[in-house]
Amino acid sequence: MTITESNTIDNGVNVEALLGAREMLSGAPAAAQFTFSATNEWVNGTHSRSTVHEFFGLGDQQTHRRPYSVDTDHPGIFASEDNGPTPPEMVLMGLAGCLTAGVASVAQNRGIQLRSVKSTVEGRLDVAGILGIDPEVRNGFGGIRVRFEIDADATREEIEAVVAQSQKRSAVFDVVANPTAIVVDVA
Amino acid sequence: MNHPRTTDVVVIGGGQAGLAMSQCLTSRSIDHVVLERGESANSWRTERWDSLRLLTPNWLARLPGWSYQGVDPDGYMSAADVVEYLDAYRRSIGAPMYTGIEVTRITSRGGRHTVDTSDGPWSARAVVMATGACSNPHVPSIAAEMPAHVEHVTPIGYRNPAGIGDGGVLVVGASASGLQIADELSRAGSDVTLAVGDHVRLPRTYRGMDIHWWMDAIGQLDERYDEVDDIDRARRLPSLQLVGSSERRDLDLSTVAANGVSLAGRLVGRSGHRAQFSGSFANMCTSADLKQRRLLDRLDEYAAEHGLDAELSEATRPAPTVTVPPLLEADLRSIGTIVWATGFRPTYPWLDPQLLDRKGRLVHDGGVLPVPGLYVLGLPFMRRRKSSFLDGVGPDAQDLAEHLVGHLACDVARAHT
Repeated sequence: MTITESNTIDNGVNVEALLGAREMLSGAPAAAQFTFSATNEWVNGTHSRSTVHEFFGLGDQQTHRRPYSVDTDHPGIFASEDNGPTPPEMVLMGLAGCLTAGVASVAQNRGIQLRSVKSTVEGRLDVAGILGIDPEVRNGFGGIRVRFEIDADATREEIEAVVAQSQKRSAVFDVVANPTAIVVDVA
Repeated sequence: MNHPRTTDVVVIGGGQAGLAMSQCLTSRSIDHVVLERGESANSWRTERWDSLRLLTPNWLARLPGWSYQGVDPDGYMSAADVVEYLDAYRRSIGAPMYTGIEVTRITSRGGRHTVDTSDGPWSARAVVMATGACSNPHVPSIAAEMPAHVEHVTPIGYRNPAGIGDGGVLVVGASASGLQIADELSRAGSDVTLAVGDHVRLPRTYRGMDIHWWMDAIGQLDERYDEVDDIDRARRLPSLQLVGSSERRDLDLSTVAANGVSLAGRLVGRSGHRAQFSGSFANMCTSADLKQRRLLDRLDEYAAEHGLDAELSEATRPAPTVTVPPLLEADLRSIGTIVWATGFRPTYPWLDPQLLDRKGRLVHDGGVLPVPGLYVLGLPFMRRRKSSFLDGVGPDAQDLAEHLVGHLACDVARAHT
């Protein structure tokens, strides 16, 4: 029985809550306007610390359970101290985290039990760009490849469809794939 | 002010939807008029490109009390053929049509609807808006960011390659219109870039039968609006990547790329003289291939269940979309024309804006508006997946005519109590 099966599916995602939020927010567009923000402080050299704590959403100020900080730095081969991931690696981590959250949610919604989801995200980057060696080379990733290894109670085709859908609903996928206007100013 | 002429029902629009409704009303002996802004089937006369053929085969053009009787049931009508087909239908049903009438406003008060027109007002107990789904092309706001030298064209303004100026062409949108126009311009020698977002890929024929024969057979075209999971999404679905041609050829990203069209992701921005395209192209193709495979699986299951395997030819599956890596940027200095094949958004300038949602879409339940006596007909997936097809508007018109009869009866009952 499909119904019994779908009751026992548990990827730890509360799909009912997500669908409820979608229902509620589609009638309240203002509440759907979120602002996420991170603060950053220079530590030393190329080492800095970024922190998230508060964000705005549902028409109100919200907070994470506690502040979360990540140190970023450059590796030793660039004569740095390697106190954390490089900022572009943070982007890859963000992309992986976002796609995997999507995979879990979409699978839950489609009644697919996941047993393991692993992914590798590779970004090719020609540092001739950031080092100013070649103006033809872009600073950012020349291309990104994500490879998922998923063990689930589903056919390969169903798994591929879940992965495709997770890309369609991913914030970070969109941020990376599409241009975003950025304004930087000095206080 | 003119004293309004009165009738029971005013039908706005004299295309397939308006005529189908007229037939349904006549067969129920309901007094009505059909108001048409131009001549009958106006958009088929004036807003279709020269080479366009219907996406559906001729036999799949059934209207209430009318069907294709010509010599080529498996062919695809040109716009001129559709005009002729609908004209013959109009004459056969004796539709009470007034042409050259522009509707300017509908006001509903006390159970009566006043329809103001360029030829004076009509007063009616019900109004059916049958102005079609494809009269107002949607051009995304990014169009305003494009350089001044660029010519903007939409599918209803496009006629043929000769009408396109010098320079490269960027076609935005890869549904039937975008793909067909990109293909035609590229064959005529233009340097064409096609920006590809979400799209629906299907082969023209499968196992020897037209894809629409299959979709009709498995009942997909009859799927109802109150039975699908996400009706908003179903209504937003872009048109199928198909072309009507005598050789029944396929038209997809692989075929246009082989003909020299450069493929790019969805158009998402402009930076200086560069147009920027999304890096989501690969996923768009993967998703479309997956969905195509799923539908073809369903067709094979249907064939097996109904014992058709012996009659049908062998199942050969279309190859996965193969393309060279897509463009992420294009130099706008070499683009002379942008074709915005980005869908249609019907507008209702004569209607009280309160009947529209915040995105300007009409609020209705399967064609029935919240104001008693107001109806809309002919929108995509209005009551069925085939609602906006020539073959699909008939059953919707029947449903609404039934509802309308009930409305008029209640109206009379109220008037007598």
